Amino acid sequence: MYKIINKSVKRIDAYEKVTGKAKYGADLNLTHQLYAKTVYSKYPHAKILKIDTREAERLEGVVAVITAEDVPGNNIMFGKFPVLAKDEVKYIGDGVAAVAAESREIVEKAVRLIKVEYQKLAGVFNIKEAIDKNNGKVHSEIEDNLIEHSHHLLRSGDIEKGFKEADVILERTYQTQFVDQAYIEPEAIIVIPDPYKVGVEIHGSIQNPYSIRTNVATVLGLKINQVKVVQSTIGGSFGGKDESVMLMAARSAIIAMKTGRPVKMVLTREESFLESSKRHASKAKYKIGAKRDGTIVAVENNVYTQGGAYNNKAMFVNWRASIHAAGPYAIPNIKTDIYGVYTNTVYGGAYRGFSAPQIVFANESLIDELAEELNISPQEIRIKNCLKPGDELGTGQILLPGKIPAPLEKMINNVCKKTDFESKRKKYIKERESFNPIKKGIGLSCTFRGAGLGGEGIDSASATVTIDIDGSILIQSGLVEMGQGMRTAHAQIVAEVLGVSLDRITFCNTDTSVTLDCGPTVASRGTLAGGNAMLIAARKLLDRLHKRAAIMLDCNIIDLVSENNFIFNRLDKSRKLTFKEVVEECLKGQGLSLSAQGWYTPGPEKLSSETGRGNAYPTYSYGASVIELNVDTQTGKINVEKIVAGYEIGRAINPQIVKGQFYGGILQGLGYALIEEVRNKDGYLETKNYDDFLIPSSFDMPEMEVTIYESDDPVGPFRAKSVGELGIELMAPAVANALYNATGKRIRELPLNLERVLLGKTLRK
Amino acid sequence: MAANRKIELNIKVNNKDYKLFIASNKRLLDVLRDDLGLTGVKEGCAIGECGACTVIMNGKNVCSCMILAGQAEGAEIITIEGLEGPKGELHPLQEAFMETGAVQCGFCTPGMILSSLVLLKNNPSPTEEEIKEAISGNFCRCTGYKQIIEAVQLAAERMRGGGM
Repeated sequence: MYKIINKSVKRIDAYEKVTGKAKYGADLNLTHQLYAKTVYSKYPHAKILKIDTREAERLEGVVAVITAEDVPGNNIMFGKFPVLAKDEVKYIGDGVAAVAAESREIVEKAVRLIKVEYQKLAGVFNIKEAIDKNNGKVHSEIEDNLIEHSHHLLRSGDIEKGFKEADVILERTYQTQFVDQAYIEPEAIIVIPDPYKVGVEIHGSIQNPYSIRTNVATVLGLKINQVKVVQSTIGGSFGGKDESVMLMAARSAIIAMKTGRPVKMVLTREESFLESSKRHASKAKYKIGAKRDGTIVAVENNVYTQGGAYNNKAMFVNWRASIHAAGPYAIPNIKTDIYGVYTNTVYGGAYRGFSAPQIVFANESLIDELAEELNISPQEIRIKNCLKPGDELGTGQILLPGKIPAPLEKMINNVCKKTDFESKRKKYIKERESFNPIKKGIGLSCTFRGAGLGGEGIDSASATVTIDIDGSILIQSGLVEMGQGMRTAHAQIVAEVLGVSLDRITFCNTDTSVTLDCGPTVASRGTLAGGNAMLIAARKLLDRLHKRAAIMLDCNIIDLVSENNFIFNRLDKSRKLTFKEVVEECLKGQGLSLSAQGWYTPGPEKLSSETGRGNAYPTYSYGASVIELNVDTQTGKINVEKIVAGYEIGRAINPQIVKGQFYGGILQGLGYALIEEVRNKDGYLETKNYDDFLIPSSFDMPEMEVTIYESDDPVGPFRAKSVGELGIELMAPAVANALYNATGKRIRELPLNLERVLLGKTLRK
Repeated sequence: MAANRKIELNIKVNNKDYKLFIASNKRLLDVLRDDLGLTGVKEGCAIGECGACTVIMNGKNVCSCMILAGQAEGAEIITIEGLEGPKGELHPLQEAFMETGAVQCGFCTPGMILSSLVLLKNNPSPTEEEIKEAISGNFCRCTGYKQIIEAVQLAAERMRGGGM
């Protein structure tokens, strides 16, 4: 029934990428450009006594050196990030000065000539130290190191009564590590002094152009309309190209305004790992109560996320965590508290999943531990408790049959059936005692995920669609393409509505001076919200075209159909016009506009801040997976053999791209589960490049079987919901559960690397 | 300083001969990107771990960040820009990468295609394990590698069929 959507068409930006023609931030060069570089802190926490820039300034070829003194407007940006630290450095990635020179070689030499005198201060480096009041403060004005607005809670039912009803109560603590998004393209920014008026134009690897624009305007003391941000082709982001890019853009913009020359700043991998955000480390205490038959009656959790020195995400990350912390289960009594703390370490930000990888690891490990305690199977306990149509979430939101689907029961049963889960699980328990040091294991996990921003923020989205005289169509979204395939999904939506072939459509990178500010490209909302904006814009244009075509064909508008580049009367298909003929008549004949803005405003999602109850999200996506692995009990090495997963996403606009999102998410999830860990020693970063911070290579790819479940959930464009983040979160708990199945060892701390698996602890601390 | 001494470099890149005078401490990566403008060659880590800077040098895939330009004296280099035919025809690997969904952010794509090309030149019918090994030095953070492997398999099949 669909012509363009629901089909695996080629990405509309693939040609530029396979030929090397697509320009990324570092590929842009301008005449007279300066090369800028940041001087970073030497210590995780110290007073700055003196910054001596004279020697660097004297070096031939150095054009500008800036410190906090040179910031024309506000030095402090959203989340307390200083453009350059003034009196104190609070973590090892703080910038204290920035230098610009005629060449990369000169600037590299010049940063080493900046002399900074420090007085070292004690610091807090982990969650425990941050909570303990005797360990000092990261920000002098914050007594308890608690990040502002980062405490989010959920109160449902009566937790005391719930635990009284329980036959079994378990209390467990789970911990997760900092990890880096580790996109292969390091951050790059180029700032050009506006050639025509006072202001700047910023290009680069920018995930969230509008927040960069606002922050840079504040730093420069300019109005928002004097800063223009254009995204370059982005080499992966996963939430990460945000704060670091904001800092780079601010420093480079100051130098550009000061010198009147374009300024280019490209991070090395070491600088990227040092200065970019991480997935928050976390410590989650869970208490769960259940009846003997497996019915869960109460869950209480207390989760701390480690925010690092500055933080503009913990308040949002923790909000999402508070909705999902008790998992995809119908539980009558829930008490959830999530907190974020400052530490003198690298900072937490957005990374694919946005709290889900941490809490799903905790909760889905816990459910298996509970099943073990009750001596029932992991499948049975999930089937018994998982959300079903008509169930009420902990927030009070009801999953109405036919409106918000709840297909989890079917999905769990399917992944188990496909993998012969229960019989293998029992077999592997028996084999634990065998002499073979290689043990096999199988593990299950399931999840649900609020689609889009929901009550976390304004989930509006913008789009501009313009049809030109030759019948070609230009689309521009306020949300950005980072590799996820969003702009191809958008093009498919527009082509489907207008009844044209996809080759008519091309894209324009997000440009803040053209398309309206609609917030950040996060929360898997690119297709959900951004696609709805495209749909609205395209429908406006279709309406204009049909009005004109009805006159040209002398028929009723309601009888018109647009398909295959023609507009015709469905009652008499010989009465037809080409799409281009109608476009020409509109533009040349009638002087109409064939450019439309689409603005999507979602329904209000509101929660009570006292109880956390209300409608958190317009709808939810679901996932279930089974992992089969083997583990060498002599070395601790886990080898993941096979993953069978199912995801419910409404409708796949492009099934091939959707599957690509899941395969990629799954492998990132395995990296998180098994090998990835940003290590800090007393605030000093130990993982500086890919030789320390390992990510999965092609050798780490297991067999993957992904099933997409479609539904008639009506929220998204053509019923498409969220995809991007859902793939990652099922992996760590499924691996931990499979490891338990193989060995009888329960490990509650990530990553499940050789040391933890073999010794139960890590040797490096 | 000796490091900044200029040296002469004779090099063939994408079938074109160049005679360059460059600083002796330049990497092959810098020469390709900065002197020749071949920005399809990417820099990801500068320590030879990620493979984004992969080019083909004398028939082998190498990390151009790990090679001093002087070491490439007399060498034949192929970058992603050198894969298209005279009329802009795409190489079967480029076509296959587009068709199987092997491209997401695209930053690893040039290096990934070049490593795959070296594989297929030496082994026209690779197994999945052989493909995995051939691209194991090229990190991809987006795709989970599955659709990349499918692309190499598809291209191999077409190239065996006399596609190119």
